[in-house]
Amino acid sequence: MIPSKLAYHRPNNVNEAIQMLQNYGDDCKILAGGHSLIPVLKQRLNDPEHLVDISGLTELKGIRDNEKSITIGAGTTHAEIANSTAVQQHAPMIAQAAASIGDVQVRNFGTIGGSIAHADPAADWPAVLLAADANVVIKNTGGTREVDIDQFFLGLFTTAVQEGEIITAIRIPKTAFNRNSTYVKFPHPASRFAVVGCAAAVAKEGGNVTAARVAFNGVSSKPFRDMGIEKGLKGNALNADTIAAATKNAAAEVSVMSDHFASEKYRRHLAGVYARRALGAL
Amino acid sequence: MGLIGTSVKRVEDKRFTTGQGRYTDDIKLPGMTYACFVRSPHAHAKINNIDTSAAADMPGVVKIFTGSDEGIAGFGVPCGWQVNFKNGDTMKEPPHPLLVADKARHMGDGVAMVIAESYAEAKDAAEAVVVDWEVLPAVTDAKAGAAAGAPLVHDDAPNNLAFDWALGNDKAEVDAAFDTAHHVTTLEYKNQRLVANAIEPRSAIGQYDTAYDKYTLYTSSQNPHLTRLLMCAFVLGIPEHKVRVVAPDVGGGFGSKIFHYIEEALVTVAAKAIGRPVKWTAERRESFLTDAHGRDHVTKAQMAFDKEGHILALRAKTYANMGAYLSTFAPAVPTYLHGTLLQGLYKTPLIHIDVDAVFTHTTPVDAYRGAGRPEATYLIERLLDTAALEMGMDPAELRFQNFIDPFDGVEEAGYQTQVALQYDSGNYHPVLEKALKMVGYDDFRAEQKAARENGKLLGIGFSTYIEACGIAPSAVVGALGARAGLFESAQVRVQPTGKVSVYTGSHSHGQGHETTFAQVVADKFGIPLEDVDIIHGDSDSVAFGMGTYGSRSLAVGGSAIVKSIEKVIEKGTKIAAHKLECAEADLEFAEGKWTVKGSDKSIAFGDVSLTAYVPHDYPEGLEPGLDFSSFYDPANFTYPFGAHIAIVEIDKETGKVDLKRFIAVDDVGNVINPMIVDGQIHGGVVQGIGQALHEGAVYDASGQLLNGTYMDYTMPRADDFPSFETDRTVTPCPHNPLGVKGAGEAGCIGSTPAVVNAVMDALSPYGIHDIQMPVTSEKVWNIING
Ligand SMILES: Cc1cc2nc3c(=O)[nH]c(=O)nc-3n(C[C@H](O)[C@H](O)[C@H](O)COP(=O)(O)OP(=O)(O)OC[C@H]3O[C@@H](n4cnc5c(N)ncnc54)[C@H](O)[C@@H]3O)c2cc1C
Repeated sequence: MIPSKLAYHRPNNVNEAIQMLQNYGDDCKILAGGHSLIPVLKQRLNDPEHLVDISGLTELKGIRDNEKSITIGAGTTHAEIANSTAVQQHAPMIAQAAASIGDVQVRNFGTIGGSIAHADPAADWPAVLLAADANVVIKNTGGTREVDIDQFFLGLFTTAVQEGEIITAIRIPKTAFNRNSTYVKFPHPASRFAVVGCAAAVAKEGGNVTAARVAFNGVSSKPFRDMGIEKGLKGNALNADTIAAATKNAAAEVSVMSDHFASEKYRRHLAGVYARRALGAL
Repeated sequence: MGLIGTSVKRVEDKRFTTGQGRYTDDIKLPGMTYACFVRSPHAHAKINNIDTSAAADMPGVVKIFTGSDEGIAGFGVPCGWQVNFKNGDTMKEPPHPLLVADKARHMGDGVAMVIAESYAEAKDAAEAVVVDWEVLPAVTDAKAGAAAGAPLVHDDAPNNLAFDWALGNDKAEVDAAFDTAHHVTTLEYKNQRLVANAIEPRSAIGQYDTAYDKYTLYTSSQNPHLTRLLMCAFVLGIPEHKVRVVAPDVGGGFGSKIFHYIEEALVTVAAKAIGRPVKWTAERRESFLTDAHGRDHVTKAQMAFDKEGHILALRAKTYANMGAYLSTFAPAVPTYLHGTLLQGLYKTPLIHIDVDAVFTHTTPVDAYRGAGRPEATYLIERLLDTAALEMGMDPAELRFQNFIDPFDGVEEAGYQTQVALQYDSGNYHPVLEKALKMVGYDDFRAEQKAARENGKLLGIGFSTYIEACGIAPSAVVGALGARAGLFESAQVRVQPTGKVSVYTGSHSHGQGHETTFAQVVADKFGIPLEDVDIIHGDSDSVAFGMGTYGSRSLAVGGSAIVKSIEKVIEKGTKIAAHKLECAEADLEFAEGKWTVKGSDKSIAFGDVSLTAYVPHDYPEGLEPGLDFSSFYDPANFTYPFGAHIAIVEIDKETGKVDLKRFIAVDDVGNVINPMIVDGQIHGGVVQGIGQALHEGAVYDASGQLLNGTYMDYTMPRADDFPSFETDRTVTPCPHNPLGVKGAGEAGCIGSTPAVVNAVMDALSPYGIHDIQMPVTSEKVWNIING
C-alpha cells in the first residue's frame, strides 16, 4: 500500500497554499488530516503529482464563539469539535456527530473541512451541517465566498469547491433549532460510517414546531434534507403520533443506495426509524 | 515450584507490547530487493499475452518473472493430503502453478513477479505490466460449481469435482431410520466463506548464499519445517539440508499460515537467480485475495428423532468449496476434520455424511481456526435447537437426554463413534449443568416471556460441542490420506549452569508458547521460569517440527518436551547418585534437587548439569552432557468439549442483534496457564461469533470479491461484545503425559451455533426455522417483516 510518487509541499499560510493550488492545477491535492485522502492514494485510486499539506496552518484551526454564529475552522479536528462546550451548547448534534466518527485516532487527525470536501455519502458531517443551516467559507485567489450548505453537496464525492479553492471555515448559526438538535446513526458494522445517519433540529414555540430541519447521510449518493418530514412537522406538536405521520415516507423522494449489507428497501426503512429516533429525542 | 496451573504473565508480551517483536517484514538484509506481484483482477480469464517491456524499463527494476520463465514454468505448490473418490479413483489434483501463464482461476492468481530496488518502484513497475485478458465466465458457489453446465475451473476435473467422499453407517440403514422416525428436522444452509485476517500480512524473504550454496527463507508461517520439506522436495527440487527456513515472530495465523504458498517458493527461486535477497510482504488487499480462506460449505442436514426426543439418525450432504486449487491440507477439512465429528456429544446410533469437494473460481479454501469442526458443530447444534423448537421440547433437556455417558478412557474404554473416531475421555453433563447454572436458566424463560409481552425479542441459544485436536497420530492420518506425519519434536538442552534451552517444533504466533512451555519445563525441573528459554521457528536450530495448528502445540509438542524432560531427569539421577554416593533408587527429585530419601543430603539441578559438562568425577561409562531430543507421536486425537450459551436481544425496528451475554464452559483437559487458556477461549469465541453475526466473503456473479477491505468486510470488535462469562471442568486426557487436550480452537467451534440458535429462539414467535449466516440486521428485519 504505497502511493505513486508525488511532491510534498508545506505552505506557510492559506494564501501561499492557494498559490500552490493555482500553480499545480489539477495535478494537485490538498492534504489535511489525511484520513480520507491517504487511503485513496494508497489504493492508487487517485495519483496527484503534488500534495499541499495544510494540516499545519493555524489560520484554519479552532472554534470561535461569535455573537450569532459559531465558526469552526476547516482544519479543526473531529475530536476538538466533539469536546467544544460552545458546540455542545449551541448545536449538540454537531458534537454528537463528531464524537461518532471512526475511532480516537481518526477523530484526532481528521478534520471537518477534509470530510465535507471529500463528500463521502456515508460520512457523518453532511447531515448535521445540512440540518444546522451551516455556511461553508471558501477561499480562492479572488477572495472569500460563502456557500449555503444547501448548495454545497452536489453529488457523490462532489461539492461546490472548485479547483484552486480551499475551505477555510464552517459557520453554524446560533438558532433555536440548533440548540434543540440531535444526530443518530446506524453504523456500518465494518467501517462504522453511516448506513443511515439522521440529523434533526427542531425549534418549538408553545409546544408547536416553528422550524424543523431534518437531513440524512448514508441513504442516498448525496446527503439531503427531507422536505417531506420537515413540512409534516411544521406547525404541529412534537409527539409520537406527529413524528410517525411526518416520517412515514422518509427518504421517499430520493434514489436510495443499495449494497450487500443494506438493500434500498431496508435503507429507506432505516431512514424512517432513525428519523423517528432523532425526533423522538427532541 | 508449582508453576503448572498458575496464570503466569506472558513473557513474550514485553517485546510485543513495546514494539520490539521481530516479524519477517522487520528483517532487512544487505542488498535486499523487493517484489511486487501482478495479480489477476478477474476470477476466470485467459491470458492472451503478457507484456513486461515497459515495466522492465522503469526505474529501479531488477528483474521481472512470469509463468513462462525457466525455473518457474512447470513448477507448482502441492497438496499435502489425498482423499480419493468413493469409487477409488485418484483425487483430481490439478497443478497450482507458481505463476500462471495461460489462465487465471481466481482473483489474485499470480501472473508476474516484479523485483526492484524498492517496493515503491516494484509497485510502479507492476502497474506497467500489460496483460491481455480474455475474461471467462466464473463460478464461486460450491453447489453451483457442481451443477451441470457450470464453467470448469480445470478442464480435467469434470463437474468441478476434486473428489467425492462418504463416511458413516450404511446409507440404506440410515435412510430407513428416517423413513420410520417420529420427527425429522431438516436444515439447508451455507456455512459461509471466511477470510482469516491475521493482523500480520504474509511476508517472505528469499536469500541465497553463494559461498555456502545455501538458501534461507524467512517467512510468516505456522510451520517452517513443513514449508521447507514441501518446497524442497515437492516444488523446487533443491536439497533440504541446503535450505534454512525461519519463521520469526508471526502475528497470527488462524490456519492461513499453515500452508506452503507460491510466494515462498518464488522469492527463493528469485533470490538465487538475481543473486540478491528478495522480500515480499502482502498488502492487505493481497491478504484478502490470496491467504487461504475458511469454511464455505453448502449443506443439507437432517436429524431423525423418536417421540421422546432420542436421536435416531443423522444424515448430511455437503458441497465443500475448495477454491481454484487444492491448498496444502484442504481435502482433509470437509472430510476427516468434519465428517468424523458428526457424532457430537450424542449417542446417535446411525450417521451418514456425503461430501462433494468442488473447485470454484475463488481463493483456495483450507483449514481456518477449527477447520471442519466448526462446520460439524454448526450442523449438529443447529439441528438440535431447531428440533427442540419444532418438537416443543427444551433444548437443554434434549441434549441431556442424548449425551453419551461419562467415560474416563482409563477404567472405562474410550467412546467409539459411528464416524471412525474413538473419543479419549468425556463427561458431558457437567459442562451444560454448569453453564445453565451460570446463565440462570430456571429464571430465563420467565424473563423471556415477560420481555415478549413487552414487545421485546429475547432469545437463548445452546451449543454443546466436541472437537478433535492434538493433531494427530501419524499412522491414523496416514491411513486417511495425509502425506505427512503429525508428530512433534523437542530438544531440552540443559546448559552447564543449569539454565535450559528448549527447542520445539511447535510454532507460536500469538498462543504464548514461550510462557506455557517454559512453565512446564520450570515446574518439572523445579527451577525458576526465567531459567528456561523456548526456541522455535528456525529449521537450523530446531531438529524438526510439524508446527502449530489443530490445537496441537501443548498436547503434542508439550508431550515431546515432557519426554525430553524425563530423559534429562533420568540421566541427572545417575549423575546425582554418583555424586551423592548412593543408589539411584534412594534418590528423589523435587524442587530442583536430588535428595537422598530420609536425609538432608542433596545436590542441586545446576550442580548436576555442571558435572555433566565438566565430567571429572563422573559415572563410569556415562556420556557427558545433558541434552535430549524426543519425538512424540500421539496415541489418539484429544477431544475437548464444552457448553456455550448465548443470550441475544433483537431490535425489532432495525433487526440488529445485540449479544447480551455469552457463557462458555469448556473442558480442555488439564490447564497449564488458566489466563492463557481463557485468552484463547475469548479470542476463539469472538471469532466464532464473528462468523455468526458479521463475517463472510461476498462475490458477485463475475467472481469479484465485493468486500475485500475492512471498509466492508466486518471483523468483530471489542465493543460488539459483552464481557464473557467463562468457566471450565477438567477431564484429563488419558493418553498424553500432561493430560491436556488443547484450547486454541474450542471457542471458535462452540460459539457460532449458540448465537444463531439464540437469534432463532428470539425470532421463534415468527414461526421461521432458519436464517443464513452472517445474521445481519437486514436478514433479521426481513423475517420480522415477513
Ligand atoms: C478508519 C477510519 C474510520 C473513519 N470513520 C468515519 C466515520 O465513522 N464517519 C465519518 O464521517 N468519517 C469517517 N472517516 C473519515 C474521516 O472523517 C476523515 O478524516 C475525513 O473524512 C477527512 O478529513 P481529513 O482532514 O482527514 O481530510 P484529508 O483526507 O486530508 O482530505 C480529504 C479530501 O478533502 C480535501 N480537503 C481537505 N481539506 C480541505 C480544505 N480545507 N479545503 C478543500 N479541500 C480539502 C483533500 O484534498 C481530499 O480530497 C474515517 C476514516 C478512517 C481512516
